[in-house]
Amino acid sequence: MSGYEFDWSVITSGQYFWWLVSGVEITVKLSLVSIVLAFLLGLLIAILRMSPLGPVRWVAVGYLEFFRNTPLLVQIFFWYFGSYKILPLFLNDWLNRHDFEFASAVIALTIYTSAFIAEDIRSGIRSIPKEQMEAARSSGFSYVRAMQYIILPQAVRITIPPLISQFLNLTKNSSLAMTIGVAELTYQARQVESYTFKGFEAFTAATLVYLVISVVITVMVTVYDRKVLNPIGMR
Amino acid sequence: MDTGFHFQVIWDNMAHFMIGRYPSGPVGGLLLTLYLAVVSCILSFFGGMILGLLCVSRNRLIRYATLAFVNAVRGIPLLMVIFWMYFLLPWLLGRPAPESWTVIAALTLFTSAYMSQIVQAGIESIPRGQMEAALSTGLGHNQAMLYIILPQALRNMIPSFVNQFVSLIKDTSLAFIVGVSELTHVATQVNNRTMVYPTEIFAFIAVLYFILCFALTELSRWLERRLAWRKSI
Repeated sequence: MSGYEFDWSVITSGQYFWWLVSGVEITVKLSLVSIVLAFLLGLLIAILRMSPLGPVRWVAVGYLEFFRNTPLLVQIFFWYFGSYKILPLFLNDWLNRHDFEFASAVIALTIYTSAFIAEDIRSGIRSIPKEQMEAARSSGFSYVRAMQYIILPQAVRITIPPLISQFLNLTKNSSLAMTIGVAELTYQARQVESYTFKGFEAFTAATLVYLVISVVITVMVTVYDRKVLNPIGMR
Repeated sequence: MDTGFHFQVIWDNMAHFMIGRYPSGPVGGLLLTLYLAVVSCILSFFGGMILGLLCVSRNRLIRYATLAFVNAVRGIPLLMVIFWMYFLLPWLLGRPAPESWTVIAALTLFTSAYMSQIVQAGIESIPRGQMEAALSTGLGHNQAMLYIILPQALRNMIPSFVNQFVSLIKDTSLAFIVGVSELTHVATQVNNRTMVYPTEIFAFIAVLYFILCFALTELSRWLERRLAWRKSI
């Protein structure tokens, strides 16, 4: 590394600075879209996982185990390179006309994260005493309505801290989208590096952005834990 | 467009998927994936142990510095750690480093940070009375930690260690980015060569990873049940 000259101006102003900014934008956009979809899908899987019907439960368990025990990168490649054989033709056409790289990354991140979120939601639901369900059923709620109005609202409150941690994981995992050419933060840092040979500066900038995101999210969890879940300091 | 599935491509390239170009070339494929995972796992066991012990150190400066470092590593993507190692390792060694070393160094650093949290939680799960009893029999703090606390804590940590190993196996797929020819990289090579079977190829390696990781996840659950059972008697 002898002879390496630091030049921070490369990344603090001008064209390369704006590359990194656009990378941050895509990272945030990719993470936000995926976390919303992953939450909805995870909720669905968690409910199916607790269904009274055996076969429905088995499908949900199979989904959870398969997507949790397979590398995210392989899933990204599968959806990006291989999805054309299993998706319907009209969907393929639509995806190809739009941002297919971004869409593949969203699909992979959503499915991967939903499997983890479903387990978090399930442990949230299981932490609600089962008498609540029995009381709801005996006062005339159907299973689905009891879930909807009695169990889930309480479970979601408990599940919020692990959900926020999943969002943090998702944000970090979104860096893998660079492998299929989504121009998010890590991708842009690498671009800056290959155009300027200022790798240290570019990766320092990207690392700092990720660190700021993690610190903000960690502080959010701590505050929520203290103010909402445990306001009077009991454990 | 032909949309049928053709799994012949998997059989034709099976040796490549399993062992790469070995014996005519370097080891690759699933075997290299396992090698990277096992070596990084052993190294990060010690790395995690050291960081974990520093995290519960009585010296406040050491404790906070280690916690800051661990949380910083946990706060950035593994891909970033790999790129950092790609730059830093040749500089640290003073000569070019093979890509597989880059990956092992990055995986070790990254996993050590996560392992240190397991070690920390394991140590904290041992009742405080144990340390007090050990100190009162005349052992020093370090001796008590080494001979009394750690052996008990380690047993509680085994299931979490196995889970961490599963994450490690999945994480080795990122070695793709620096061109190490582990399973995922071999799959992209076969895909580039054959062009028209991406669905079959990536589904196949997904299943391979799944079999490996699922078996280990089940092992960890079994260990956890056994541990709970042993505690209950």
